[in-house]
Formats: sequence, C-alpha cells, structure tokens
Amino acid sequence: MQNDWLYIGLFLVIATLIPVAALVTSWLVSPKKNNPIKQSTYECGMETVGENWIQFKAQYYIFALVFLVFDVETVFLFPWAVSLGKLSLFAVLEGIVFVLILIAGLVYAWRKGMLEWV
Amino acid sequence: MNFWYDPVNFIAHWLTSLLTGWGVAGWIASVIIQLIGVVLLISLMMVFDIFLVWVERKVVARFQDRLGPNRVGPFGIFQPFADIIKLIIKEDITPAGADKVVYNLAPILSMMSVLLLWAIIPLAPVIFGVDLNVGALYIVAAGSIGTLSIIMAAWSSNNKYALIGAFRQVAVLISFEIPMIATMLIPTILAGSMGMNEIVQGQQTVWYVVLAPMAAIIFMIAAIAELGRSPFDLNEAESEIVAGFHIEYTGMKFGLFFAGELLHAFTFGGFWAILFLGGYHFFGLENLGPLVAVIILLAKAMFGYWVIMWIKYTMMRIRIDHMLAFNWKFLTPLAFVLLMLTALMNTLLRGTSTGVYILGMLLTNVLLGWIIVEILRGYSRGERQKTEGVAPATATAHR
Repeated sequence: MQNDWLYIGLFLVIATLIPVAALVTSWLVSPKKNNPIKQSTYECGMETVGENWIQFKAQYYIFALVFLVFDVETVFLFPWAVSLGKLSLFAVLEGIVFVLILIAGLVYAWRKGMLEWV
Repeated sequence: MNFWYDPVNFIAHWLTSLLTGWGVAGWIASVIIQLIGVVLLISLMMVFDIFLVWVERKVVARFQDRLGPNRVGPFGIFQPFADIIKLIIKEDITPAGADKVVYNLAPILSMMSVLLLWAIIPLAPVIFGVDLNVGALYIVAAGSIGTLSIIMAAWSSNNKYALIGAFRQVAVLISFEIPMIATMLIPTILAGSMGMNEIVQGQQTVWYVVLAPMAAIIFMIAAIAELGRSPFDLNEAESEIVAGFHIEYTGMKFGLFFAGELLHAFTFGGFWAILFLGGYHFFGLENLGPLVAVIILLAKAMFGYWVIMWIKYTMMRIRIDHMLAFNWKFLTPLAFVLLMLTALMNTLLRGTSTGVYILGMLLTNVLLGWIIVEILRGYSRGERQKTEGVAPATATAHR
C-alpha cells in the first residue's frame, strides 16, 4: 500500500517535469522580441476600457455553495456504495433516506429561486 | 512467468536482479524501477497525444464533408508533428501586468492533471500503473486540478474576457461534477469496490452498460461537460469570439492546453470504456495475452472518444443558463434517483440468478428512462403551449 502512493508521488513529479521540459524547449528556441504593443492586453483589437478585474457576479457564489453541499454528500456516499453488497435492506434504506434529505434541500433551493441565472 | 503473459513483472524482476547484482540496495532498485515505469507511461501518453491530434482533425473533417490534412505525409499523418514544431518555435508573448508565476504554472498544471489520470487505468489484467483501492475518488480529485488551472490561467492573464470566460467555464465544470460522481458510484455499487481493476473484473459476465444504461448515458453527458467540449464549450468562441481563458497564451503554452484537452477527452473515453463497456473484456479474447487486452481497451477508448467527437461536431453550443438549469434541475435529481433505484434493486435482487438480476436491472433503467422521457414531453408541451397557444401541434399539419 505504501508502494502504491510512492508511485503516485513519482507520477506527480514526472508529470510536472515533462510539460516543464516542453516549455523549456520552447523557451530555448523561440525568438524573444518584446515591444509594448505586442504585450498589451487583447480586447478585440482596441484599447482596453475600464479596470481589468471586473465585478464578480454573485450567482457564481450560490452555485459554488450548492456544489459544495452535494460534493460533500457524494464523498459520504462512497463508503456506503462500496459496502452495499454486504449491507442489509435496512442499511440500504437508511442511505436512501440520506440522499432523499439532500434532494429535499435541492428542491428547496429550486423553489426559492437560487438556481436561476439572473 | 514468461514475457508474453506477464511483461511488466518479467522486466521488473530482470531489472531488479541486474541492479542488485551491481550492489544497489533493494529499496533503491524498486524506486528506480517504478521511476522507469512512470517515465515510460507518461512518454507513451504524450506521444499518443500527438496521434490524437491527427485523429481529431481527420474525424472533424469527415463530419464536415471534407478531407482533412492529407499533404504532410501519407494521409497527413505527420501533420501533428508539424503542428508541435510550429508551436515550439513560436514567440512566447506574455501580456504586460500578468502574474508571472501563476501565468506560467497554469498550462503545466492543466497537462499534469490529465497525465495523473493514466496512473490508475488498467490496460490489461497485469499491465497497469498502480492498483489504487480508491480509484474512483482519485479520478475526481485529479480532475479537479484541471479546473483550478483554468481559473489560474484567466486570473493571471490581466484580461477581463479571459476572466468572464473562465468564471462561466468553472461554474459549468463544478456543476457537472455532481452527476458525474453520482453515476460513478453506480459501477462502484455493482462491483463492490472503488478500484478500477475490481470494476473491470466485475464485468466478466456482463458489461455494466447492460445493467445500467442510463448511468452510462448520464456519465457521458457529464463527462463531455467536464471536458469543456461542445456542446458545453464556453471557453471557446463564447468570450467575444476569441479563445476564452487562454486568450493571452501563445506558443507551447497554448499547445499544452490544446493537447491536454484532447488527451483529457481520450482519457474520459477510456474511463467510460472501463466503467461501463467492460474494460479489456471482450468475450474471452483478452486471455490470449496482455497485448491483446491493451489493444481491446484502446479500441474501446477510441470508440468512446469517437462518441465524444461525434457529439461535439453535431450539436450546437448551449447557453450558460440553459446549461446550468439542465444540470441542477434535470441531471442531478435524475442521477440521484438512478443511484437510489440501483442500490434498492441491487439489494432486492441480490440472491437471484444471473438472468433475473440482469433483466431486473435493465428493466428498472428502461422504466426510469421512459418516465423521464414522458416528463420531458410534458414539460416541452407546456413550454410550447405558452408560446403558441393551446391548439394541438398537428391541427394544420395535414392538407
């Protein structure tokens, strides 16, 4: 088991180094002729209008919150799913009740209008 | 053990005996052998990625009734090499005011998150990177690094259109992770384990696409959204017709994003094949040897990739609010209802014979699919009556 995660650790390091090698190759052979016009921010060919860091739309926060709740729920469902073959019907129904409670939360958010993109 | 039936272990044993014969300590030898395996796997994947560029361009050309690249080699097979050489020698223009560290790290992380997924794919019963017992959770975790790299790329680009495109793209990516995880739980239930090897072994008698076809369909839809491909590709051509979160990237950095996206698509074709289409099983043909099993798995992954490309080049792009409504109001409840039904039917039909089990699961899915189609018909009838009035649609159709 310790060997498995060592493999993943090595994989992480090598998977980072190989794209870095590609970028270093590109840096070695590419021309470097910078001028301010090339380096200006792209906005469909015109000068930029306004600040570059725009206001953050609040609706993204709502979706991230709903995603967080359901993501944690699915992580909790993984052990239940793995051991489902050995569980009695009572335990299976208990897991189903857990999912139903969270679906009730989704329906509440739906009816409150939190899932609209306004 | 001989080379044909167990190549990885054969080579590993030979290398271990060679290294310990030279006086290297046992554990250093095993680390070196793992390192060689890792480098080999990643290099093979990057080379295969180049081949995928050719496949993609030929297939998109055929869908659009034209030929695709056919000048650069026989059937244009050297075209991706020309592309890679062009991208490497292009000038690297960094926008003024960009955050240098994050700007350079984003394409590296994007490619890394895709390469990480290949550590757990079982290419054959004896050829795989590592047999993690938390494979399904690992897929979700490694895939989320790619989501992070999109926000990193856009935020450091000092460009408001990159930021808008990336916000929308990440909202879609995190939303569609929920149906994807929920439908990934279904092969976990049917196999009794999260590990990829066990899920493939569990499909020896019957593929999971027969036991849970709706889960396969929902997983495919959620995976296409996760990849950021059409019809869910907000990052291309949505932010004022330019390239979305990678507007300010040139040269090889853009090449890493682009090639990473294609490899990601092929990887998810591979996961669809492993989770639902039986992995390397093909009516006993995989017992001929590990090489045959690898070819079978790659063929199925290519089939999954072809389905993804087919959907991409056939359907139009969906608007962001329709996309999010489709996920939260349709796919997520459907995925959870399917999960509950599968768990219930699995428990109720656990002791019965194989034929009754298969038939029971298949009928549950077909029944759920029929109910969903009826609900959708009713919903679209309601929407149509709101805009066209209550007259039936076939009133003036016949002369």
